[in-house]
Amino acid sequence: MSRQRDAAVLALPVGERDHAHGPANAPVTLVEYGDFECPHCRRAYPIVKEVQNRLGPRLRFVFRNFPLTELHPHAQHAAEVAEAAGAQGRFWDMHDRLFERQFALADDNLIEYATDLGLDAARVARELAAHTYKAKVRDDFMSGVRSGVNGTPTFFINGERHDQAWDVEPLAVAVEDAARHS
Amino acid sequence: MTEAMTPVTGGPVAPGTRAPDFTMHSTPDQTVSLRDLRGRPVILAFYPADWSPVCGDQMALYNEILPEFQRFGAELLGISVDGVWCHLAFAQNRRLHFPLLADFEPKGAVARRYGVYREGDGTSERALFVLDADGIVRWSYVSPIGVNPGADGILRALEALATPRGRG
Repeated sequence: MSRQRDAAVLALPVGERDHAHGPANAPVTLVEYGDFECPHCRRAYPIVKEVQNRLGPRLRFVFRNFPLTELHPHAQHAAEVAEAAGAQGRFWDMHDRLFERQFALADDNLIEYATDLGLDAARVARELAAHTYKAKVRDDFMSGVRSGVNGTPTFFINGERHDQAWDVEPLAVAVEDAARHS
Repeated sequence: MTEAMTPVTGGPVAPGTRAPDFTMHSTPDQTVSLRDLRGRPVILAFYPADWSPVCGDQMALYNEILPEFQRFGAELLGISVDGVWCHLAFAQNRRLHFPLLADFEPKGAVARRYGVYREGDGTSERALFVLDADGIVRWSYVSPIGVNPGADGILRALEALATPRGRG
């Protein structure tokens, strides 16, 4: 058993189960483990958008759930509702809405957002009540734990944990670097 | 090697070594002694200070992962040089469900015995130790001070403990 280890790497490769934005053959894949109620993830949200704008089709962005439920009482349900929206093909719309309305994430709000986005809100409500996506969220969470996720947000660039700052410049530079070296 | 001879410097207590015993306060009127935890794995998580200004800091993260540690029957102890009242407020604020021990008087004495005290800073390293049921260190890791090490290393170490020797 070694006392030291290499930089943390993504234990679960990006695949069919993931929500991905951008081409599958993009030279860079940026994975975020995030929590819809975490203020730092809220701050990262426009930063990731800016990096996506800069890289265009050279970047694929993947979001996985890492709800810190002891700290954030609404994070679990928000994650499940994002998955429910994903089941209707609208994960990213809900992802954006949740971060933009982070101050209002009670169950009623979540269903209201499903209605606003033109989803089958009754189905979202049913799936939330039945915790249809609880296991999926847990799988995301455990894949993060196994990958060395150490808080939210945690980013992985082409599978390697990004331990530097994640303001626009450092994140964009790291992603550009990965694009050049891939 | 007797516990008193455990070196203060020279890096963290090495795997294969008996973990130095300690008794520390977990609340103003309760103490935890390492020797009382024999018979199950123990995770010692030294960290620099309560109240680090991020969500999902190291202790909050372990709090979320606690059920996974408990699957191995493991006991998790957080340790910093903060005093017991500070720990109490921090644990309540973050809703922690495991003990935080105060390595407070003499300050950092336990961290020193584990070889993970930072003299200039007056805090411990971010250091993890996984002890087996006999109190022997089986795995340790010292993280760069600014980097929360996460929990993947702990889980791998617990899995290795759970695998009977000579098999798997």
